[in-house]
Amino acid sequence: MDFYLAAIVQGLCLVPMGLGIYITMKIFNFPDITTDGSYTLGAVICAVGLTHHVPLSILIPLIFFGGAIAGTLTAWVHTRLKINALLSGILVMTGLYSINLTLLGRSNIPLLAYTNLFTPIFDINPLLNQLVITASMVLLLICGLSYLLRTDFGIAMRATGNNEVMVRSLGVNTATMKWIGLALTNAMVAFSGSLMAQFQGFTDINMGIGIVISGLGSVMIAEAIIRWFATEKIGIHLLFVAMGVIIFQLVLAFTLSIGIDATLLKLLTSCFVLLIVALPTGNWFSSLKRFY
Amino acid sequence: MLNIQQVTKTFFLNKPNEIKALDNLTLTINSGDFVVIVGANGSGKSTLQHVISGNLEADAGALTLDGQSIGNLPDYKRSKWIARVFQNPLQGTAPDLSIVDNFRLAALRGERKKVKIGTDQVFTHRVQEQVRLLGMGLEDKIHQPMGLLSGGQRQALTLLMTVMNDVKLLLLDEPTAALDPRSAKKVMELAHELIQKYRLTVLFITHNMKEALTYGDRLIQLANGRIKRDLTKREKDILKPQDLYEWFNED
Repeated sequence: MDFYLAAIVQGLCLVPMGLGIYITMKIFNFPDITTDGSYTLGAVICAVGLTHHVPLSILIPLIFFGGAIAGTLTAWVHTRLKINALLSGILVMTGLYSINLTLLGRSNIPLLAYTNLFTPIFDINPLLNQLVITASMVLLLICGLSYLLRTDFGIAMRATGNNEVMVRSLGVNTATMKWIGLALTNAMVAFSGSLMAQFQGFTDINMGIGIVISGLGSVMIAEAIIRWFATEKIGIHLLFVAMGVIIFQLVLAFTLSIGIDATLLKLLTSCFVLLIVALPTGNWFSSLKRFY
Repeated sequence: MLNIQQVTKTFFLNKPNEIKALDNLTLTINSGDFVVIVGANGSGKSTLQHVISGNLEADAGALTLDGQSIGNLPDYKRSKWIARVFQNPLQGTAPDLSIVDNFRLAALRGERKKVKIGTDQVFTHRVQEQVRLLGMGLEDKIHQPMGLLSGGQRQALTLLMTVMNDVKLLLLDEPTAALDPRSAKKVMELAHELIQKYRLTVLFITHNMKEALTYGDRLIQLANGRIKRDLTKREKDILKPQDLYEWFNED
């Protein structure tokens, strides 16, 4: 049981990242690969901060800020230098790897010895404590985002990814919108990375590799649930994204528990995402039939 | 009101395929004018609208709107005064947003989009009353996504969205070209009604000769980036469709 509970907590740690990907992909229509770098960046800032005994009240804003800077860079490359969205993200992500390594000083820092967000105040089961903390943070984040996306500013944000021509013709500077959007989502991704580092007890320079894929997979699962329930409420969409992230982690936990080699985990992840992405199109069997 | 002074726009400058889309064009549009613009493909009609709206920057010349120079402003800043309805009905609205959200954006044209919820009951009611005027039964569907509506409905709503606040100039770029005849008629009638009611200044591009004769109080023919004819309402009223067809066969 603890094994699956840990998978759920791990999922909850990744929810801010999933929400970030959902907002860039589905709301801004911007495939943001910066995620891989900003996720590690969050974990790195967290590790450096904790080992230097920076209080959490300063460290957490710092983590958000670091992610926001990464997003700003991508937005700048994309909107000012007119570089393709995918390429801008890849460029910033690649650059971030060196920055992360420089900040971290070595490739791995253990964090178990330091007081962090998950250090229990009361004497309870540590896993339960983590569950309560992450769940309440995620809930807070979803409430905040769902409010933001329903405001006038949020409507303009959503319209930017939906119909850029129209939004500009209504007097919105779409470049600024993308900048704010990417800063916001990468800040959330960085926060996710820091939660993960504290949860697993270490920061590793490679922990961000492929994180965007698991985020995408989670968003795809969420999309399927959203289609299933056919709801237009943005808050519910965000809640489903959170569910998607957790389901994704549970599936991974399940594959591990049935004894599949951990080295194959990334391969399985990408196969799993492929499956989710390809299932709705549903042309598999008709194309097979043509062969016979 | 809108003053276009010797505006020139060239594409592919100094290349073999150089095109002078606007050639030293000067045009003054007075407040309350409903100007119809006709011309063959490539005569510069769309370029003219794009230069006015700011999607394209003119190579030379000056643009003033109510005495204010707007030639150097980006499109999203000009859209405070200039509203557009596009040829493609899908371009004027955001498909995944609800009707009421689309109207909210239109109502905030050129204003700051604040971090507060603006689609409250008062606003929803206002949109409902506006949409009811269309007689399309959409007033009960204002929380549905725009993408579920037909092209004609979306174009009608786009028009309605332009009058959610004071705009000085309305640019209509073949708004009915992608619609079936019945929807086209309905959209044009609505446009006419709104233009009269709100006393809008309009620049209306069309390839439909019947529309060109039915609507507007001034008719301009563009050819090779210049104004070839500029007819007042009186001159326009005595025109027949054949005359217009002959204009197009002249070159």
